[in-house]
Amino acid sequence: MTADATPYVTEDGRQIGGVMMDLRDITLRFGGVEAIKSISFDIREGEIRAIIGPNGAGKSSMLNVISGFYKPQEGEVHFRGKKRPPMRPYQVARQGVARTFQNIALFEGMSVLDNIMTGRMGHIKSNMLAQAIWAGKAQREENENREAVERIIDFLEIQAIRKTPVGRLPYGLKKRVELARALAAEPDLLLLDEPMAGMNVEEKEDMSRFILDVNDEFGTTIALIEHDMGVVMDLSDRVVVMDYGRKIGDGTPDEVRNNQEVIDAYLGVAHD
Amino acid sequence: MSDQNQPDQLVSVPQLLARNARLHGDKAAYREKEFGIWQSWTWAETAQEVEALALGLLDLGVQTGDHIAIIGRNRPALYWSMVAVQSVGAVPVPLYQDAVVEEMTYVLENCGARFAIAGDQEQVDKIIEAQQTVHGIAHVIYYDTRGMRKYDHSEITSFADIQNAGRANAPRLSKELNARRDVLGYDDTCVMLYTSGTTGRPKGVVLSNRNVIETSKNSSEFDHLSAGEETLAYLPMAWVGDFIFSIGQAYWSAFCVNCPESAETMTSDLREIGPTYFFAPPAIFEGHLTQVMIRMEDANRFKRWMFSYFMERAKTVGPKLLDGETVGFGDKLLYGLGKYLVYGPLKNRLGMSRVRVGYTAGEAIGPELFDFYRSLGINLKQLYGQTEATVFITQQPDGEVRSDTVGVPSPGVELKIAESGEVFYRSPGTFVEYYGNPESTASTKDAEGWVATGDAGFIEETSGHLRIIDRIKDVSKMADGSLFAPKYIENKLKFYPNILEAVVFGAGQDRCMAFINIDLTAVGNWAERNNIAYSSYQELSQHPQVLDTVQSHINAVNESVAQDEMLAACQIHRFLVLHKELDADDGEMTRTRKVRRAVIAEKFDDLIDALYDGSGEIYTETEVTYEDGRKGHIKATLDIRDAIVVAKAKAAA
Repeated sequence: MTADATPYVTEDGRQIGGVMMDLRDITLRFGGVEAIKSISFDIREGEIRAIIGPNGAGKSSMLNVISGFYKPQEGEVHFRGKKRPPMRPYQVARQGVARTFQNIALFEGMSVLDNIMTGRMGHIKSNMLAQAIWAGKAQREENENREAVERIIDFLEIQAIRKTPVGRLPYGLKKRVELARALAAEPDLLLLDEPMAGMNVEEKEDMSRFILDVNDEFGTTIALIEHDMGVVMDLSDRVVVMDYGRKIGDGTPDEVRNNQEVIDAYLGVAHD
Repeated sequence: MSDQNQPDQLVSVPQLLARNARLHGDKAAYREKEFGIWQSWTWAETAQEVEALALGLLDLGVQTGDHIAIIGRNRPALYWSMVAVQSVGAVPVPLYQDAVVEEMTYVLENCGARFAIAGDQEQVDKIIEAQQTVHGIAHVIYYDTRGMRKYDHSEITSFADIQNAGRANAPRLSKELNARRDVLGYDDTCVMLYTSGTTGRPKGVVLSNRNVIETSKNSSEFDHLSAGEETLAYLPMAWVGDFIFSIGQAYWSAFCVNCPESAETMTSDLREIGPTYFFAPPAIFEGHLTQVMIRMEDANRFKRWMFSYFMERAKTVGPKLLDGETVGFGDKLLYGLGKYLVYGPLKNRLGMSRVRVGYTAGEAIGPELFDFYRSLGINLKQLYGQTEATVFITQQPDGEVRSDTVGVPSPGVELKIAESGEVFYRSPGTFVEYYGNPESTASTKDAEGWVATGDAGFIEETSGHLRIIDRIKDVSKMADGSLFAPKYIENKLKFYPNILEAVVFGAGQDRCMAFINIDLTAVGNWAERNNIAYSSYQELSQHPQVLDTVQSHINAVNESVAQDEMLAACQIHRFLVLHKELDADDGEMTRTRKVRRAVIAEKFDDLIDALYDGSGEIYTETEVTYEDGRKGHIKATLDIRDAIVVAKAKAAA
């Protein structure tokens, strides 16, 4: 954990603020298996924070703890300076945390537009009856939400597939649609679980640019899990390294790169 | 040149804008799809936008005669930029948006651009990179603000900020703007467009207001374009055609220019807009047809039958109806039914329901492709032009449309064919000069204003239509002195989907021979459907049934060439199908996929010898370059076949 949390400006001119989310001594067990062993780290306002580690290191579990899917047995989650009581995922989402999944979780039969509209759930205030007869406030709300969605479609350059059913799209585009849906929630903290898995170089470049643009344009804080080291080192401000449920490194990409324990974990040394 | 402005005449694009704002103020001038909705601007609003930008440019310190580069995809704001730049007496220089930094650097340097207006961050980045070598650019203006926040804004400003500054300073600058706009003359530069430069460096073609306005007026009258037309602006803004269609004719006729949401959405935007006036190169029409055919393959049997039955009817009746010829009552009735069941829905699908005037140009269009659209009742025509002519040299009048001619001289254009067969023209659209390049200007345009096109052609005596044969540098004579125009024959061959490339030899020889490259997609598809197994391109290319097919295509081409008195000698006597695809990596083609005749002739000289010495087959080894740069050899024994040559005498009869 970084002791010093004074705001600063990065080399490329982005504002990094104070601590947004603070994870303290998180331990997560599945029966007798300890997936996460007393891990602490923080995520600061406006930064791009990466979580890396070999397969089975507990990265996705960590993300699931942040988004409220898993409840850790020990430890505390502090969000914006307040301790977070146990919450269900939708409550976490309402606090301004949105995510994408490692295995794409979209509605295959629905159009891209409708899928992204589902991301606006949290912004719809009118009741079901009003929506059913589509009158007054409900209509106004839908127009507003549609406009917000269209801005995201424009931002992610997916105008051409607006009306296409998601099931017909290639993998790389589905990933982009999933990002769009997460963005539609206008999150303060965006969690990306392997946003570039299975992509070719060009698709990775596109996705990297979108992640940077999201962070830059909307000021969204981003926490991401990624295997591609090149991408991680280029994108992120700080990196947490996990191995077998433990945290073995935490710092800037350069610090992490030169950390002996990290090198060992990646290159492989005998474990006792 | 000649005398200056006559009173009451519109002599500049800004004047046309003012007229349109006055006469058509409430009518849509521009539409652009953004955020899923078509946004529109009337002529009155357009005039205000242009005014604000022009004032902003004055505020920025733009001087009369400055060159201002404009780079980006087709967007109303960039079209306004062109007119705003003209309004302050500067010269717009649109650049190709997909140009790489080196190309951009060359053009920015060559025209000495002092300012640049860029569509988005991508273009701004390229300009900034170019500025390492080009130092004349004082300020860059960008339209799309996305990703631009972090840039150092001392020499970069957003389009909106420039307009705001213009509006804020209007009281101070209006007088100056009006003064500059009023002195614009008919022979002042309207725009500078760079030729794509197939030979050597791109050249800046200077077009005057006279060139642009006269041409726009003539061509609009030729096709009776009115203020009610709708067009889709999707071709590069740096191309002369787009400048004439989307600015020249649009401002002259006061019609509406629609800009697509993005390059990928062009097809669906086309359908939503339903343009009445449409231009596309043959490749676009071909792409649309392929999509239709693929969808038809997937349709049920009844629909497939209906499609083929009515398309067959349409082929004979459709073009006649378009040309205003009389058709039998039964045919008319069937065509009417077909229109309801097939042609109408299909045209709607293609976004061409309302097309009144459609043009194709740029390269030869296959007769089948051309007839397909014509038979649907789409008035597709051909035109022949170039940047130096402000587009129009010849075009086809309604009712006189054929796939093998490019039409009659456009209004105001004089044509002459030189001894060598080269086509020359002189017109009000004839360009002023190549910027800063008097030698090239002098070698292209003579003192009397005749311009060499670089194309060989002739005027058909029966119809008065121009026919283009080939590039003049490729045309030569055969041993008996008859004309040899390889590209003409090659194009005819390439219209068959099975044939990807063809190279015809025969200069200085007594007979013509051909190399053929099969199209792996089309032939592979055919092989799959007919259960023909093959393990490699090489094997497929030598399959007897493939050779049979190619042979039948060549026979058909020979038959059609034989009808042509001038080119009857160019019939192909013998041919072979090459065992490898001609490739730019091996130097056999240019990067833009044009065959390099000399390289091929040298590399495959053994094959050419075999074609001429009458052997039935030839064993050959060829060096190839793999994608990673390694070299290898492929060996093959190629069959050589004879084609049926139609006697010349018969053609003359």
